[in-house]
Amino acid sequence: MKAFLSAVAAIVDKDLRTELRTKEIVTSLLVFVLLVLFIFNFAFEPRAETIALVAPGVLWVAFVFAGMLGLNRSFVMEHDRGCMEGLMLCPVDRSAIYLGKMVGNLAFMLVVEVIAFPFFSIFFNLPLLLPGAYLMALLGTLGFAGVGTLFSAMSVNTKAREILLPLLLFPIVVPVLIAGVKATAIVVGDTSGGSIWPWVRLVAAFDAIFLIISSLTFEFAIEQ
Amino acid sequence: MGKAATLTDKLLGASTLVVMGVTLYLIFMWVPMDAEQKDAQRIFYFHVPMAWVAFLAFFGVFVGSVVYLWKRDVAWDRFAYCSGEIGVVFTFLVLMTGSIWAKPIWGAWWTWDPRLTTTAMLLMIYISYLLIRAYAAQDAQAARFGAVVGIVGFVDVPIVYMSIRWWRTMHPAPVIGGGPDSGLDVTMLATLLVSVLAFTLFYLLLLRQRMAIKKMEHELEGMRYELEMEDAEKWAI
Repeated sequence: MKAFLSAVAAIVDKDLRTELRTKEIVTSLLVFVLLVLFIFNFAFEPRAETIALVAPGVLWVAFVFAGMLGLNRSFVMEHDRGCMEGLMLCPVDRSAIYLGKMVGNLAFMLVVEVIAFPFFSIFFNLPLLLPGAYLMALLGTLGFAGVGTLFSAMSVNTKAREILLPLLLFPIVVPVLIAGVKATAIVVGDTSGGSIWPWVRLVAAFDAIFLIISSLTFEFAIEQ
Repeated sequence: MGKAATLTDKLLGASTLVVMGVTLYLIFMWVPMDAEQKDAQRIFYFHVPMAWVAFLAFFGVFVGSVVYLWKRDVAWDRFAYCSGEIGVVFTFLVLMTGSIWAKPIWGAWWTWDPRLTTTAMLLMIYISYLLIRAYAAQDAQAARFGAVVGIVGFVDVPIVYMSIRWWRTMHPAPVIGGGPDSGLDVTMLATLLVSVLAFTLFYLLLLRQRMAIKKMEHELEGMRYELEMEDAEKWAI
């Protein structure tokens, strides 16, 4: 168990170190999230009375699109520089590689979300602190990164690459998107929705189920 | 090398034809007209069995995927893939027949009702299943990737349904085992059951045919590859 965790930590460390040196992923994702917030503002022209309806959707679309870009990079880097072979030669369980990559992807997305949340509050004139929405973003991103890491490892090996990942991932993460949007809407003042807890539980269940399935099937996704 | 049609194929084909003929007779001539929905209701006898075939086919994808990853037997992968193709076609037909019915009854082709939306998502998941197989670099990779998506997708469907259901529902409540007011007339239930049988036989027939063709394609590719190798050897000398 200890060896397993240290293998996971080593892979996370490798990804974080690469990112700290280049700052490629976090910077571009952050700029992208901000751009999406602007673009949707032009598209929907949210007014005071429609903000609770529009803002949560905008936020989650921004997160999901940005997450997709990050996931696409995740294995392109390993693939193009031949790192995947190195990782596969490591005498560790394949699920350790999966968890390591997943935690790295999750970390990048969470950093972007932490920075993006205040901008979201400012642009849509919402309270600066939205604890319920943070919880939902944390759980939702975990599920998204969980399935996304698995699919990203496969799509990078196909002929279509970047195009294929969103096609595979979007239909699968529909529950996360719905729950995220609904719960955020409740937090920012849509009173018709009731409590956020059913949505939190739904996403928690999604996370648990797909983290297990993904770590079990990951070896088939990277096998050469 | 498979023969063009085995005895099983012939029997299956003949029984599908007979039962399908009986089904059409029951639907259009025998079963009484619905009091409220008139003739529009008859599409129900196509819609429900098609949905049944779609779910059966996707369950087939799941089973084929799991067994393939476990045993690594190409036959199971072929079963999963062909079942997936049929499932996609039938899911599309379910959405089409549903829309045709919804226009006169609900007054709209489409609503964002949980069952409709889930079915549309189901279609998307299995289209992406076919896509990743089409874009994979080689057959073995297509089989592995397909199996992973086949498993993840199947497990995802109930969760998608749950999440979408927490919106309002407009789809007619299940008529069998729904509420206390639900229930079908005996003649209607009989027609439905015969139709389900007919479509299940049809699914098996399509599946066997498609799997046989897929096997031939595979063998043909093998032969072509061998010929190319022989050719290359000749020129190498």
